[in-house]
Amino acid sequence: MTDVATHAATSPRFKDNAKSALADADLQNALKFVEVNFIARRREAAERLPEFDALRDSARDIKDHTLAHLDLYLEAYENRVVERGGHVHYAVTGEDARQIILDICRKLGARTVTKGKSMVAEEIGLNDFLAAQGITPIETDLGEYIIQLRHEMPSHIIAPAVHLTKAQIESDFRRVHAHLPAGRNLVEPTSLLTEARAVLREKFLAADVGITGANFLVAETGSSVIITNEGNGDLTQTLPKAHIVLASIEKLVPTLEDLSQLLRVLARSATGQDMSVYTTLSTGPRRPDDPDGPGEYHVVLLDNGRSSMLAGEFRDMLRCIRCGACMNHCPIYHAVGGHAYGWVYPGPMGAVLTPSLIGIDKAGHLPNASTFCGRCEEVCPVRIPLPRMMRSWREREFEQHLSPATVRSGLAFWGFFAKRPWLYGVATALAARLLALAGRTRGRFSWLPLASGWTRHRDFPAPQGGTFQAQWNRQRGRLARPVGQADGPNL
Amino acid sequence: MTPRELVLATVRRSLGVTGAEATRRSEVAARLAGHPPGVVPERGQLEPAGRLDLFARMVKAAAGTVERVADMAEIPAAVAAFLRGHNLPLAIRHGGDPLLSSAPWKLAGTLEIRQGASDGADLAAVSHAFAAVAETGTLVLTSGADNPTTLNFLPDVHIVVVDACDVVSDFESAMARLRSRFGAGVMPRAVNMITGPSRSADIEQTLILGAHGPRKLHVIVVGKP
Repeated sequence: MTDVATHAATSPRFKDNAKSALADADLQNALKFVEVNFIARRREAAERLPEFDALRDSARDIKDHTLAHLDLYLEAYENRVVERGGHVHYAVTGEDARQIILDICRKLGARTVTKGKSMVAEEIGLNDFLAAQGITPIETDLGEYIIQLRHEMPSHIIAPAVHLTKAQIESDFRRVHAHLPAGRNLVEPTSLLTEARAVLREKFLAADVGITGANFLVAETGSSVIITNEGNGDLTQTLPKAHIVLASIEKLVPTLEDLSQLLRVLARSATGQDMSVYTTLSTGPRRPDDPDGPGEYHVVLLDNGRSSMLAGEFRDMLRCIRCGACMNHCPIYHAVGGHAYGWVYPGPMGAVLTPSLIGIDKAGHLPNASTFCGRCEEVCPVRIPLPRMMRSWREREFEQHLSPATVRSGLAFWGFFAKRPWLYGVATALAARLLALAGRTRGRFSWLPLASGWTRHRDFPAPQGGTFQAQWNRQRGRLARPVGQADGPNL
Repeated sequence: MTPRELVLATVRRSLGVTGAEATRRSEVAARLAGHPPGVVPERGQLEPAGRLDLFARMVKAAAGTVERVADMAEIPAAVAAFLRGHNLPLAIRHGGDPLLSSAPWKLAGTLEIRQGASDGADLAAVSHAFAAVAETGTLVLTSGADNPTTLNFLPDVHIVVVDACDVVSDFESAMARLRSRFGAGVMPRAVNMITGPSRSADIEQTLILGAHGPRKLHVIVVGKP
């Protein structure tokens, strides 16, 4: 991969990132809110709608159907956009997409562009690129605005500044909004929001071009759909001379009815709202009798490896509608936050998608950063088998000899015994007996050879009552007794 | 190969198709033309009066406010009362919407009325919704000279008038109305589905109303279903 955007990836240093994240007091304070708020709100929203699980099946089926016919839906969508006077540009790589956007901006003589929140724009490193070309990008989603002031990446796909405390945000505002009175009160979140609203209102009215992402593209009508709570995306796309939609090809849905199904699961899974505040369908540029709206409407359809993902075992990942529920429910994400993952997409969806986009050689740690508790799959609105795909990445990493030598030799050692069940039984029984004997006085070990990774942080309990296999065999013997005498659970 | 051809070719290679298969083409054409509904929640499937109550409840749950009036003649007074109740100047802006223009605005006395798209200076705007969805308390507004899109986002206060007959059960019903009004596959430039006033929870997940769009959303339902 030679794309400049991927150069910024710190995914290869995940372990170091995680270590410093665990030691970061501000981050740990900010992360406390994630677990409490997002999980409860999603659960309540799901419980309020009896059809929620049926809608998840429906959402999964719609995305599967669309992906299986993606070539035809892309063509149908494109025809509709063109019929309504819009332009469709295909971009094979991030670099292509950046160049297309730059050309549109140059043609219009654009000096500033406002931006709605777009993960695809982060993926292709659009802001840095535009700035280097003399065009000022201004993020308008409050969270994105805050992290742009700090030159950071989003740490969450729907709450980009979730890693920050309000005190940190206050000091950023004081630093950047230096034209405002130094004595002003910014203690309350409300005053921070009011200040950002006033500063950004000027930018909205002055921008030459507005760039948004798209949550969905509707083939039936040629519409792009954005969903926000703030209304920033709408001001971004309504006020300037041109609206550029940057969307990846898997955002297609066939019809307005299909869109309705997906809307019902998206906000509930993301923020626990029944609906986000603003869901906007945009179709083409300003019409002859329209008093407002952009004069030009461009859609940049980004592939960036997705068309190849359709072929393999990671196709299901393309169903993702970017709600963030997987990371909201992930114990690893709760512990280390989003930046530790080192690139644009964090959490379980990032652990699967990032290796596809920047390579397993760079992102190999991510699918390993999982407890396989399975909560991500349990809450996914489009039922993506995230743990299964993380396992697939681990297998590929192993096959390509990318995993560290200690892991490989450890696995080889285990594999030797696992392939010889008799030897395995004898060896583990012997080890269990030895450990039980050695630990009989204290019942635990504070240090063990080859297990310091475990014992550095907690004691290792001394085994009791034989190996699991031995207990299993005993138990099974009891269950195998004639009907009527069985006393164990019905297995 | 153009980028377009390259992307489509890679998609087809990955799917193991040529794009010319008649069954795939007819399946896609049938879905686009037939737009089959999926799972439609029971929640909104109520008789008209119950549907209006649900709509009002859901608007309030989304931090909006609702009132009902008997006919358009009551609109000016209701708008003026809302503005006075929130200590706002007695001034509004609306587009060329025939229903809104038909209201007897002179009855509201000193209420100042401007017409057309917003330049960002207006504190309050009045729009007429194309439809409303009871299921979630969502307003559906369409762009154009009658109800300019800027009125939905720039003013601090957005007052939306909706005819009781236009409050439908679910999204599918709203989509069907769009189709019958504008034609199959045809949409106005913008369809804004609005559920409550603007908000953000980006600072420590504290929910605050009035991010970039209106701080207040007031819905006036006119007449009986």
